[in-house]
Amino acid sequence: MNSVRKQRLILVLAVLVGLGIAVGLMFYALRQNINLFYTPQQVVAGEAPLDTQMRVGGLVVDGSVKRNEETLDVTFDITDGKGSFTVHYQGILPDLFREGQGIVANGTLISTSRFEAEEVLAKHDETYMPPEVQDALEKAGHPGAKKADGYSE
Amino acid sequence: MVWQTLKRWYHMLGSPRYFHTFSSRVLPWLTPIALITLLTGLVWGLAFAPSDYQQGNSYRIIFIHVPASSGALMGYMALGVSGLVAVVWRMKMAEVMLKAIAPFGAALAAISLITGSLWGKPTWGTYWQWDARMTSMLILLFMYVGVIALQNVIREPRQAARAAGLLAIVGVINVVIVKYSVEWVQTLHQGSTLKLFGESTINPAMKYPLLISMLGLWLLYAVNVLIRARSEVEWRERRSKWVQTLIRTGGK
Repeated sequence: MNSVRKQRLILVLAVLVGLGIAVGLMFYALRQNINLFYTPQQVVAGEAPLDTQMRVGGLVVDGSVKRNEETLDVTFDITDGKGSFTVHYQGILPDLFREGQGIVANGTLISTSRFEAEEVLAKHDETYMPPEVQDALEKAGHPGAKKADGYSE
Repeated sequence: MVWQTLKRWYHMLGSPRYFHTFSSRVLPWLTPIALITLLTGLVWGLAFAPSDYQQGNSYRIIFIHVPASSGALMGYMALGVSGLVAVVWRMKMAEVMLKAIAPFGAALAAISLITGSLWGKPTWGTYWQWDARMTSMLILLFMYVGVIALQNVIREPRQAARAAGLLAIVGVINVVIVKYSVEWVQTLHQGSTLKLFGESTINPAMKYPLLISMLGLWLLYAVNVLIRARSEVEWRERRSKWVQTLIRTGGK
């Protein structure tokens, strides 16, 4: 390689490495804002701001979904295994909403144990299988059947 | 030995004239193979693969969304390599490639965003969220558009290639962000289903049509790049003897 090309190569690589580091630092500094939502662990620990618009995400706790018979009000608990709190929502839930499902809710945190949601989104995981396979896994008590409902960390 | 062969190919394909004859030999059989592979994967996936246990039939958009997204990402990596060769070694064929790779990649990035958003509505309950994966994918589309625009705005083709090449190189950082955004930060978008290492979390009955669709689309991308690069070579070498002969003999 002649020296002119070598110089150009070094220059280009230096620009790339420099920009890479800059972007990496930016990501590191903004990591809290780049995350789409706060986890229940952060909410319980008081790291999430109260009374401001924000998103929380976690798994719907089994048996915690309570629907009001007359209105669209629904409350449920969400968890990440390290903390949990109650979410209140008034409206139509997405089709994929169910117990054990990962969800993301947009709204305001009233206290570290209660969240008022304006919008509830279902978080889909990366598992795909036919219904028969899911039935078979469930019958066999395979851990994959449970995991398939959860969301990946 | 392998290095020697690669080096020889690099120099041979670096010659516009050699590339032109090489692509005339490859295209007649690569084109039907690409189309048949893509069609097989799509028909199998869209019509015959089983439905999903949670999403029913709406998951079938995966057979378009994942091949398009992976094609857009790989295309950008190729664009970055062409950019590096064009900027550092000033190789003419790399400049041609820089121009040939971008349009199809931009189209695939757009398809990925559109199909993802159409799938997001019934699955997540929203068309769009500014999460890291979706935002970085939108930036990828803008990078493609930027590379194309920069090539068109500078009249002198060699200068245009250097500017666009530098943008292409810098944009490679974004490809890394797109790929790992779902692992590094909390996103609405799920993690990768197909894993290079370890077990993929998709049933084989769905995985094979998906892999075939991906392969088919990648091959189709290659066909598109070859066709675009050929016409670009012909244009750039229009004053050379061999292109003149080609025109006189009607491309035979």
